[in-house]
This record gives sequence, C-alpha cells and structure tokens, in this order.
Amino acid sequence: MSDILNIRNLSAGYPRKKIFEHFNVADIETGNIVALVGPNAAGKSTLLKSIASLIHADGEINLAGRNLVHISQEERSKIVGYMPQHQKTDVELTVLEALITALKVSPLDHNGNSAQIRAKAFDVLEQMDLIDSALDPLSSLSGGQRQMAGLAQAIVRNPKVLLLDEPTSALDLNHQITVMNMIKFYAGKGNIVIMVLHDLNLASRWADILVVLNNAKIYSSGKASEVVTPKMIRDVYQVKARVEKCSRGFLQVMVDA
Amino acid sequence: MSSIAQHIPILKPSRKEVEQLYKDKLSRRWLIIILLAVACIFSFCLDISTGPSLLKLSDVLKGLFAPEMVAKGTDIIIWKVRMPYAIMAVLVGMALSLAGAEMQTILNNPLASPFTLGVSAAASLGAGLAIILGIGIPFLTDNWVVSANAFIFAFGSVLLLQALAKWRGAGVDVLVLFGIALVFTFNALVALLHFVATPEALQQMVFWNMGSLSRSTWDKIQVLAIVVACIIPFSMLASWKMTALRLGEDKAHSFGINVKRLRFFSMLRISLLSATAVAFVGTIGFIGLVGPHIAKMLIGEDHRYWFPASLLTGALVMSLASVASKIIVPGALVPVGVVTALVGVPVFLYLIIRKGKNS
Repeated sequence: MSDILNIRNLSAGYPRKKIFEHFNVADIETGNIVALVGPNAAGKSTLLKSIASLIHADGEINLAGRNLVHISQEERSKIVGYMPQHQKTDVELTVLEALITALKVSPLDHNGNSAQIRAKAFDVLEQMDLIDSALDPLSSLSGGQRQMAGLAQAIVRNPKVLLLDEPTSALDLNHQITVMNMIKFYAGKGNIVIMVLHDLNLASRWADILVVLNNAKIYSSGKASEVVTPKMIRDVYQVKARVEKCSRGFLQVMVDA
Repeated sequence: MSSIAQHIPILKPSRKEVEQLYKDKLSRRWLIIILLAVACIFSFCLDISTGPSLLKLSDVLKGLFAPEMVAKGTDIIIWKVRMPYAIMAVLVGMALSLAGAEMQTILNNPLASPFTLGVSAAASLGAGLAIILGIGIPFLTDNWVVSANAFIFAFGSVLLLQALAKWRGAGVDVLVLFGIALVFTFNALVALLHFVATPEALQQMVFWNMGSLSRSTWDKIQVLAIVVACIIPFSMLASWKMTALRLGEDKAHSFGINVKRLRFFSMLRISLLSATAVAFVGTIGFIGLVGPHIAKMLIGEDHRYWFPASLLTGALVMSLASVASKIIVPGALVPVGVVTALVGVPVFLYLIIRKGKNS
C-alpha cells in the first residue's frame, strides 16, 4: 500500500510574518514528483521549509496518517530530507566526508556500522557520478558540482519525503538531466519528491504533479497539461506566452514578450 | 575529422581506488596528530630547558624521569621554576585553541576567536576592578581574587550575550554584533578604571593585560587542567554535530540537530575554557585564531580530527611562544601575550592573503 502525504489547514511563516494560513495540499502518493512553481516570493521555499520543520508550522502535514507537525525534529529528520537553495561555499569538508557526516550525525534506522555507512555514501556517489570528486573539498567545486553534492547529502539519508529547493538552478543541460533522472529513480523507489522549480519546461517534463503558487495560495494544481496554460502564465507571471507540444509530445512554454 | 582530444581516455578513479585513498587519508590524519603530539612533547622539554641557565635536553629528561640523577639545583629549576610555566603554556594553548575552533564553527566565521565576543575584554574589566578598586569576592587570597574576578566577568559576559541573543531571537550575525558592542563597552570601562587608578595599580593592570605565564602556580594549573580535561570529551561528543553545522544551519537542522541547543552548549564550553585560561594568564591573543587555522590546514575540517589537532597546535604554538619569550631579550622574560601577538599577526595576515588567493 502506498503512503499518502497531504497538508491540511497549515499555518506557517516567520516570527513577525505569517506566510501561509489555512493552507491545504491534496493527497500526494508515493512515487510522485511534485513541482512547486510560481513567481518569486510566492511562498514556495517557505512551504518546503515548513514541511522540513525549519520554520514553525501549525496544522497537519500527514504522511501515512501520521501528523509530522507533532513528531520530534529528530524523528522527522528520518522521514523528511531537505536540500536548501544555496550551498555553502567555504566548507573544507570533502564531498565524501559531507555524506558520511549526513549519515552519522543523527541516528537513522538501519544505519549500520562505519564500514556500512561508508559503503552507503559511496553507493550514492556512484549513482550520481561523483566518485572522481569524492575527495575534493566542497569549497573547490563548481556551483553545479556543489549542488550535486548537496543533493547527494539529502538523498544519502534515504528520506521518505525529499524536499529540494531549486535543485537544478546551477546546473548545465547535461547535469539537469542527470539530476532529474536521479530524482525520478528516487521517487520510483516508493518515495515522494517535492521540488521548487522555476523552469516550467523542466517541471512539465519531469513532474507528475505541478502546484502553482501565487501570493502563498494555490492558483492551480494537477498534471502539466492541465496546469501549464497561457492563462496561468499571464495571471501568475504577468507574461504573455504560448504553450505548445513538441514533436515528442512534451509541453513547451514559448514566451512572446 | 575527429580531434586528438577525442582519443585521449579520461582517467577516472574507480570506487575501490577512491575508497583506498580515503583510508590512506584517515591514516595520514592520525599520523599528523601523533607527530603534533611528539612536537608538543619536544617543545615542552625545550621550554623547560630554556631560561637564564640553559639546561641540556638530556638533563631535562633525567630531571623529569629520574630526578635523583640530576643536581639539586637543576631539580629545583626544573620542577619549581620552569615546570609550572611550561605546563601552563600547554594548557592555555589547548584551552584557547579548542575554544577558537568551536567558536569558528558556531559563529560560521573563520576569523572568530574566543576574544571576538569580548571574553578577554570582560576579564580585563574584572581584573581591573580587583587591582584598581579592590572589588572582589571576599575571603579569597590576593593570589586568587584577580583571577576569580576575571573569570566571573569573562564567563558572565558570554552568559549575557546568550541572554541578549535569546531575548532578541538573534542569529549568528547579530550575536557577533552584540559581542563587538560588549567589547567596546568593556574597553571603555577599563579605560575609565585606568583613568582613576594610582600609578602603581595602573602598572599592575598594564602587566596583567599583557598576558604572562609568570602568574602560574600549581593550584591554578590544577584548576585549568580539570576544566580542559572535563570539556574535551563533551567537545568530542559534539564533533559530528559541529561538522554537520559547517554544512549550513538549515541542513544541520534537517539532519535532526537542535542547532540552538548545540550552539548554547558550545558557547558554554568556550566560555569555561577561555575564561579560565584568561583568568590565570591574562590576555593571550591570536592562539585561539592561529591554532585552529594551522590544524585545519594540516587535517581538514572533520571535527573528529580537527578538535584534537587544534588542541595540539594550540599547545605547540603556545609552548614555542613561551620558549621565544625567554630568548628574545636575553636575561628578560617578555610577556608571552606580546610574543603570541607578534607571531600571530604575520600568521593571521598570511591566512587572510591565502584565503584571498583561493577565492
């Protein structure tokens, strides 16, 4: 039986600024990739942070009938993984050390001994084609490599719900596809991936569900073909655009402005 | 036409090769830690052998392990005169360097040291109140009243900072700004004390501020040794969490770490280490900055290795500074705080230039 994630009556925000009130997200089944799209300051990153318990939230974030809001932060960190938008640039830890740290720092179920932890870290490095930079300090990596390493740190903990804030923002075309394939593979293993994306074409191509946020409210949600429309782009982004299908059937947004 | 580059195979290391390289790296780190420990022992012996009457290293070793084999005079020089200074140098180096390493991590600032947040300025104020105005804890001997005042003020300043940060819900940057504000406040109050001090008290105060090992006694050594020995295990227990904090606060939080708690207990350790050290020897600058930086250059940022390495580099630099303080001006003991500052500033500049080049 697949687990279901939903959000009911969520209120979240910062100490002096509430962003969401009475916010709901319909059922998301395991195996699904959800893309949060929308203009800047629409609340996309804040929503991810509230699911990751980085900011205070009230209400319900239910996973398999369990309200994540009411479980301890340590317990939640076993279920929810988070990759922030920006990766720190001055870290002298190597890519491998960062992964081992992510595994060692708090107890995970079935974590195993040091050799098993190391093997787990190497498995993820291999999957993400990062073996040759495993011993490079994070500070010496390019922005794109650092983003890949950041994704690896979130994935290595094998969370049921993986939250990614703009995982492809620093990546070239080739690495965007590598990361998206990795995300697809990860969701396919019975997990849920929720990611913030700015590229509507990328979101349409890879996400099972798109949620369009505008002013901290859901404008529309559903499959790309239902959600990505000229009207939505005009209403939400104030941009005139066409949405057409390419010869392979993928949606393409073409901006006329 | 195909280019030459297409025919050159890209040599990527295999997983096995990288695994082996990582194991080698870990072994190398242990080797560096052992070498640092050996260097510390050598420097400690050198510190004991150096002074107005230069002792041979062989006599020092005999005096340490078989006191009956050396002349009575040598035995007294080793155990009564130089040993307290040499041990105090090692302990102060360890305390300030570990405090510096922790401070750099929790403040996310490579230029932070135990003094960034006003620990030494507060200690100076406490010492000044005792020296100049005679305000201190009653019933303590003169030997302890200045140190006790300095400790209370240094420790209290960190608690005050914590309270301010908690009250305002402040982040790291605001914490540093609060710290700088405290430094200026304490310095102004110290200046006020200078203004009202008698010439004798003022001279005593100036010497206190210079930082000197000459105030070392076995009682004080015992206290500092207990503090350092008690805090090291707690620092080591927090080493994974501190390493994770280097990856960023949000990430550390998402790994299940209570960052506020981690920072609070780290601040407590820093304040105990630095307040105790400063209370006994006065202001010793740059060890808390230079020690962790040298350790990081040698060993990297994995705190399981970085903390022990920082302890040893701090002890080594401080011990060497103690040696230098005795030989810079023949026949005179230059305050060790002056030496650490003179050695520390070029190292500090080198680190900044190196960092600038790297970025």
